Amino acid sequence: MPSEPPRTRTLRIVLAEDSVLLREGLTGLLTRFGHEVVAAVGDADALRAAVAEHEPDVVVTDVRMPPGFQDEGLHAAVQLREERPGLPVLVLSQYVQRAYAAELLDSGDGSGVGYLLKDRVGQVEEFVDALAEVASGGTVVDPEVVRQLLRRRRDPLARLTPREREVLALIAEGRSNGAIAKALVVSEAAVGKHIGSILTKLDLPPADDVHRRVLAVLAFLRS
Amino acid sequence: MRNIWRALGSRGYLLSPWPWRAVAYLASGAVCGAVVLVVIVSGVVVGAALSVVVVGLPLLLLTALAGIPVAGVERWRLRIAGQQVAAGQHRVPAVPGLRAWLSTRLKEAATWRELAYAVLFGLVLWPLDALAVVLLAGVPLSMACAPLVVAVDGEAKVVKLWTVDSWPGAFGVAVLGLVLLAPGAYALGCAAGARAELARALLTTKAEDSERVTELVRSRVRLVDAFEAERRRIERDLHDGAQQRLVALTLTLGLARLDAPPGPLADQLAKAHADADGALAELRELIHGIHPKVLADYGLEAALTDAADRSPVPVDLDLDLPGRLPRPVETAAYFVAREALANVAKHSGAQTAGIHGRYDGGRLVLRIEDDGCGGADMSQGTGLTGLADRVSVLDGRLTLSSPPGGPTLLRMEIPCRPSRPAREPSA
Repeated sequence: MPSEPPRTRTLRIVLAEDSVLLREGLTGLLTRFGHEVVAAVGDADALRAAVAEHEPDVVVTDVRMPPGFQDEGLHAAVQLREERPGLPVLVLSQYVQRAYAAELLDSGDGSGVGYLLKDRVGQVEEFVDALAEVASGGTVVDPEVVRQLLRRRRDPLARLTPREREVLALIAEGRSNGAIAKALVVSEAAVGKHIGSILTKLDLPPADDVHRRVLAVLAFLRS
Repeated sequence: MRNIWRALGSRGYLLSPWPWRAVAYLASGAVCGAVVLVVIVSGVVVGAALSVVVVGLPLLLLTALAGIPVAGVERWRLRIAGQQVAAGQHRVPAVPGLRAWLSTRLKEAATWRELAYAVLFGLVLWPLDALAVVLLAGVPLSMACAPLVVAVDGEAKVVKLWTVDSWPGAFGVAVLGLVLLAPGAYALGCAAGARAELARALLTTKAEDSERVTELVRSRVRLVDAFEAERRRIERDLHDGAQQRLVALTLTLGLARLDAPPGPLADQLAKAHADADGALAELRELIHGIHPKVLADYGLEAALTDAADRSPVPVDLDLDLPGRLPRPVETAAYFVAREALANVAKHSGAQTAGIHGRYDGGRLVLRIEDDGCGGADMSQGTGLTGLADRVSVLDGRLTLSSPPGGPTLLRMEIPCRPSRPAREPSA
């Protein structure tokens, strides 16, 4: 995946992951890419405390955490975003769940949020790019979520052409117009046209905000 | 099983062992009953007297439990009369130990019914048993022995009423006794049979059956609960163990690929990385199949939406549910819907399917239908049969209508109450 967002910026990260093995692995990975893990914790309460203490640039958290091993991590993330509007949060999930993604993207205005399958950390460069995208206010939704949405046929997606669906999937992955154009081997102008058409079909009136792209993804999540 | 009634009806009764068994049954009843009377009366008297100094209370308690061994002996004795009774209908205590055993026994209706039988046995039944043996077997036999008695003592008292001292008289009485033995044997058979019927009726009743059924239902619910708990445990073990390790492995492989110079090594690493990713994806599906977390976290509606999302056949979802339902109900409903959707995808050839869920009048009703070729049979698919069992544990019903040519409609109905409100997104 081409690295559109600036990778040079050093991010101060709070990491929450209950598996020690993964916590160490992720810390090593992020450090290697020049970021600073200011705190690596193992449960939701420690996550809240660490965020309060360190005021990080971005939070990376697992969904399932002690003590209940349910979705404490996700809830901590949503709560943190309510207390600190605009705090970028990247949530890692063992498997994709539309309900989780919707809950997360509904917090704040849906910007500065990422929801990725945990497996994606193995694609280290893409993962670090996604993290940078989230930290700079972008929205990243796992392709698997988008694929699930595209599989449904009774929702507004039915009105999109196959090419428009492809474009939407790439938007959800957090790519810029330039990156999408490169991936689909078309001109950037063509991508712009597709996006305009998608937004029209989804009843998202024109506005100058890039967050309409987020809204497009959200529209599906809520459908 | 041959019992005494059949024997009475057959021709060879007098020469069969049955008259002797009748005597044995009634005579042993007389002896046992006398012992029971002594034990119960002394237990109550001594216990009551000593209860002033507390020592008597355990004795009274023991006396109250006396019905249990008595019933045990009586059930065993019933076999002499040819009656088969299911033995020991008491519950097995949930935990070992004397305390648990005592409290289980004292709470059971069976214990008290058996005590009632023991009291009846000690006060009323055994004298009747004794009377029957003496009158019907003892009198004719003693009459038959008259010549012997005369030979020894010079005279014999027949039935303590009149005295015989002549040989003709003695032999006359003996002949009369032998003649009376035959009707006596038949009467004994009837007495033993009636006595056995009475014991059987008192020691096994409908109430005991229903108690047993209740216990069976409870144990079935416990089994389903245990099964669910095991599913959750397996899911958690896989999640915390294998899955985390695989993710860590892909992370390591991903980092290694960054460092590897282009060449065969990089290619091998890329392949290993792809394999690990494939394994992760498979494991993820497996875990989801065992126990979907979304069901536990967000409830039936979200889980069914998820199941519909995953179905290869487009699913029209139409749900109207009041918040969360009890966990076993949600789980059963979810697995029914998922099994149905899997069948739709595998066998029906349907273009579309629909899931309709309603909560109405204290019951959850779920209908899963498709426009496929029909011909589904509940008795053939083990999947649906197992689910029907699970639904029936919850007092629910699963019905299938699938005429050849379709459409197929699976309907599930479970009585329940909403347990808590649904969690609002972004609470």
